[in-house]
Amino acid sequence: MLNQLTISELSARLARREVSAREAMQSCLERIARVDGKIHAFISHDAEDALAQADAADQWLARQGGKNAGPDGGRPLLGIPIAIKDVLAVKNQPLNCGSKILDHFISPYDATVVEKLRAAGVIVFGRLNMDEFAMGSSTENSAFGVTHNPWDLARIPGGSSGGSAAAVAADECLAALGSDTGGSIRQPAALCGCVGLKPTYGRVSRYGLVAFASSLDQVGSFTKDARDAAILLGALAGHDPRDSTSVPQPAPDYAARLTGEIKGLKLGLPREYLVGGLDAEVKAAVEAAVKKFQELGAEVVEISLPHTDYAVAVYYIVATAEASANLARFDGIRYGLRVDSVDPTELYRRTRGAGFGAEVKRRIILGAYVLSSGYYDAYYLRAQKVRTLIRGDFLKAFESVDAIVTPTTPTAAFKVGEKSDDPLQMYLSDIFTISCNLAGTCGLSVPCGFTRNPKLPIGLQLLGRPFGEETLLNLAWAFEQNTAWHREKPPL
Amino acid sequence: MAAVHFDIQYVAHLARLALSPDEETKLAAQLGDILGYIEKLKELDVTHVEPTAHAVPRVNVTRPDEVGPSLARADALRNAPAQANGLFIVPKIVE
Repeated sequence: MLNQLTISELSARLARREVSAREAMQSCLERIARVDGKIHAFISHDAEDALAQADAADQWLARQGGKNAGPDGGRPLLGIPIAIKDVLAVKNQPLNCGSKILDHFISPYDATVVEKLRAAGVIVFGRLNMDEFAMGSSTENSAFGVTHNPWDLARIPGGSSGGSAAAVAADECLAALGSDTGGSIRQPAALCGCVGLKPTYGRVSRYGLVAFASSLDQVGSFTKDARDAAILLGALAGHDPRDSTSVPQPAPDYAARLTGEIKGLKLGLPREYLVGGLDAEVKAAVEAAVKKFQELGAEVVEISLPHTDYAVAVYYIVATAEASANLARFDGIRYGLRVDSVDPTELYRRTRGAGFGAEVKRRIILGAYVLSSGYYDAYYLRAQKVRTLIRGDFLKAFESVDAIVTPTTPTAAFKVGEKSDDPLQMYLSDIFTISCNLAGTCGLSVPCGFTRNPKLPIGLQLLGRPFGEETLLNLAWAFEQNTAWHREKPPL
Repeated sequence: MAAVHFDIQYVAHLARLALSPDEETKLAAQLGDILGYIEKLKELDVTHVEPTAHAVPRVNVTRPDEVGPSLARADALRNAPAQANGLFIVPKIVE
């Protein structure tokens, strides 16, 4: 079952020429054919194109006789099938962002991250389902239908990158890319039981990522373990002159720096995160994980992030304001859906009214309101100031600790339909992940246990200093060496 | 957490969004609730706090002023809802 392997396991087998990339891709396609009818992680996939990429990888391996391949060779990602969230441009493939408004859009170019994966020899395939324009926490807001949690099909996989998380958890691909604006990688990774990494703002290029909230969006990965996350980040990170917010700072070889040695590291436990609304089983799993880190030699201290309680309010001003501006481009003129009228303003109104779903409309309107004349200072400017306070909390905390440990989510996966009519309750489910984006730091979710009945994954969130991914990956890897949670498979 | 009155038609016009009467009623109520929640930001004194627009402040990022490859016209037009003669077709804007 090649589809069940990690990147490093498959890479080693490919390098030894025991298996071919075509066989690996085939096993993912067979898995998709067998289980995706129930999960609906993929909006579509182009099997022929994926197999052609696999053949190209096999030809390279044949020419090299296995040299320079494998997890420790020069091309650890060669021949690895990786699926892509429907928010990233892949040349000549559809791009819909889970929305009707893009209609039959075909990407004219590759996103920088896709270009980088191709250069690394990855088989880039599939369009993974998501909340429309990455707005949501459950993958129920897609024009292409709901994605289901592989651990319990009656439950949501989280969101907005629910398709990415479900596909990796169900072994339909070896890894996946997603995007995280307020938790859209870490939250679904936690709810589906995989490793989700949101890099520091500026660490990975956003060129070719359809913009939701430009000061918060970041591309990241879903993988089966922390080592794979390190391998992938090594390929994705780095400066891109096409993204003016990407930071010109060299990326270390993350995978090579996994030592598993965490003795003496100082971890902060924010007292504001272990409060009301936190499920008892989640709390117990996180406390057990913290104990495990102590056993491994880390020092744990209580810290305070005093402005935590304001993060959701700040986020829903800043993110919606930026979204209302970014989504102005969907006007029915240059691409996508058009609902015609002889009057241009009427054409815009009708196109947008017909093309956007309910959550996207809600956020565009909220964003337009908080930016509108007479309300700008009271809402948007005030939110930006509180953002300074939230960021300040983190920078202060990182003066005394190397990383912060929290639950990724307050509860395990909720039921399909449970919160879809109550947007505010849905927003509050992101309470632990949002601050990281506002502060611009990095975050990772790693499996740390299960609820008892039903059996649902629980995620541990590690938050790091800006550009401190190395520390987070090493902590998660050390944790995985001493626990088996990340190896559990859903009953499909 | 008091709900705030929300002039949905005015804001929908600003955002160029056609809404059905049902959508207007539902959205106005939901947005009133959300704005009520957001009111909590007023508890904080932010008089001497600078706003943060970007968490990783990079200022005046420019690239060399050099001609580079860009999207071919045919590729830029490929997804257009209406096009002819290498141009986008739009409704008449000037009488």
